[in-house]
Amino acid sequence: MVDESELIQAAQHGDREAFDELVRRTYVDLFTLAVRLTGNEEDARDVVQDAYLRAWKGIGKFRGDAQLSTWLYRITANCASTHLSRRRRTRTEPLLPGFEPADVRHDTQPEAMTETNLDLAQVAQAVDELPPKLRAVVVLRDVYGLPHEAIAEELGISLSAAKVRLHRARKRLRDAVFEEKRSSRAV
Amino acid sequence: MRYEDVADLIPGLVDGTVEVDERTRAFIDSDLRCQAELARYRRLLRGLGALRTTYLEPAPGGLAQTLNALAAEGERRVARGILTSRRAVVAGAALGGAAVAGAATAAVIAARSRRRLLAG
Repeated sequence: MVDESELIQAAQHGDREAFDELVRRTYVDLFTLAVRLTGNEEDARDVVQDAYLRAWKGIGKFRGDAQLSTWLYRITANCASTHLSRRRRTRTEPLLPGFEPADVRHDTQPEAMTETNLDLAQVAQAVDELPPKLRAVVVLRDVYGLPHEAIAEELGISLSAAKVRLHRARKRLRDAVFEEKRSSRAV
Repeated sequence: MRYEDVADLIPGLVDGTVEVDERTRAFIDSDLRCQAELARYRRLLRGLGALRTTYLEPAPGGLAQTLNALAAEGERRVARGILTSRRAVVAGAALGGAAVAGAATAAVIAARSRRRLLAG
């Protein structure tokens, strides 16, 4: 298996095959992030495609001081933000009443659930139910570990706005996860 | 100091997003409700971190579609490159032609003025 850094170097010299291999290796990861940011698979597919096209155009500028995955996360976050704001501007029809997005989470890991003693499906659902602006910040910070500065830059907001949104998102998640747990225990 | 005074700081304290003075820190360290709340946020953060490796399966065809889009972009880029180099050749030829024409005109003018001088 060819080393990732060799593939990056080759792609920077215009080798499309090498870039395609990087896409194959990172696709599921980026798709997962895009679903978490957009809340649905169809938008996520478009966002991921845009992100890879941008990455291909900009691979020459990738200096390697961050990991490739972090660089790709930032591009994906930026594409998702653009995609969602464009969709908000053009949307005229509300979603059908009773519409439920398809649950694509079937990989929940039992080990992680035991370690945190939290039901990961419940955490994922609570994240899904956040308003998109809060969801984006908490996903990028608490799930993918991006620095606050990078989040603010990619979402086009100030650093303090990013921190305020994170604060609100965590409070809502705390209420959703722990209050629900308490009420289900009471039943 | 009461729990209610610091409750709002706890979601940010858990990972250092929010910083507090020593007095507040001392209260939080000694208050059981604060500690319980901090523990909840730590568990929440660990749960969120665990989502990082909980991958979602893309629908079949998504990867192929992306690779095709990249191939199409690559072809467009090659086509643009050819077009640009053709334009450069045409522009170069035009500039060269203009330079030759300019030089010829200058030579004719110079010859005429020399003839005029000799005649005068």
